[in-house]
Amino acid sequence: MSAFSIWSLFVFLGLGTFLLRLSFIYLFGKVEMPDWLRRALRFVPASVLAALVFPALTYPAGILDLSLGNVRLLAGLGGALVAWKTKNILWTIVVGMILFWILQAL
Amino acid sequence: MKRIQQDFITGARDTLPILLGVVPFATICGVAAVSVGLTPLEAIGMNFIVFAGASQLAVFQLMSIGSPWLIMVLTAWVINMRFTMYSAALAPYLQKEPLPRKSLFAYMLSDQAFGVTMSRFSNQVPSSPAWYYYGSAAIIWVTWILCAIAGALLGTLVPESWGFDFAFPLSFMALMFAALKDRPNVVAALVGGTTAVLAKGLPYNLGLVVAALLGIASGMLAESLRQPAREGAIQ
Repeated sequence: MSAFSIWSLFVFLGLGTFLLRLSFIYLFGKVEMPDWLRRALRFVPASVLAALVFPALTYPAGILDLSLGNVRLLAGLGGALVAWKTKNILWTIVVGMILFWILQAL
Repeated sequence: MKRIQQDFITGARDTLPILLGVVPFATICGVAAVSVGLTPLEAIGMNFIVFAGASQLAVFQLMSIGSPWLIMVLTAWVINMRFTMYSAALAPYLQKEPLPRKSLFAYMLSDQAFGVTMSRFSNQVPSSPAWYYYGSAAIIWVTWILCAIAGALLGTLVPESWGFDFAFPLSFMALMFAALKDRPNVVAALVGGTTAVLAKGLPYNLGLVVAALLGIASGMLAESLRQPAREGAIQ
């Protein structure tokens, strides 16, 4: 990516994110959040994050690979166990990466 | 004035334990930015401009697989839509503030500041709630920026052969499990994740957006199916 497209990406990300954050702090008393939106937003983190995680583990080299030879899938399942038990980013990364390096070396 | 200062300090103090989680997350964000090929200056600039870790990590993962610009923007916006929820919940407490200050407060809004502030407000609303929130948000912002800068500088020392890009799905996993608070959310994650795998072949990485929307829709469906059952149980 060129420096221009990178900085313009940041500006769009930043501006959009800022407007989302300001939204109802600014609109308070003028617009109510519609009920369907309130209900939908509750599911945004879980569904988006899963949509990022699942393909990253199952398409290690751009091709679907559900075999035991898929190091990312195996290390990812180990990481998932840590994530589930601790909900802690640092521990999940530490254990997942160590598993990843060990499995790669085997 | 005294009371305002007191509420600011109380907000910051209540946030101290949360910083234990902010430090590694922000550092990882800095390291990750450099690992996908951004310069330290770009990495640091991004943290000032965007200041939203989960969406930044998502953008890095999309950069590492060469996604189009528009998909990066859409994905980050979808991830950050949760801020409208926080914004609506905080709004009543920030109404007396002038617009420039509202804007500053909005810019600094984070998951952690929202969590600390709302858990305090649910017990007892301080005399100056805006300044309590500001104390919490500001200490998180400062910590985040400092650690992200440290991470961006450290990141240049991490060799590419380490496969650091694998840290992205791992970090999303920790965030995802933290979001699985009830069954409808588990349904949303399973449908979103599975759809993303099946729709991986769609052009422009559109599968991600389709998967997220289907996941959200199925979460809502699961919730509405559960509601009547619960009412029945009460009767």
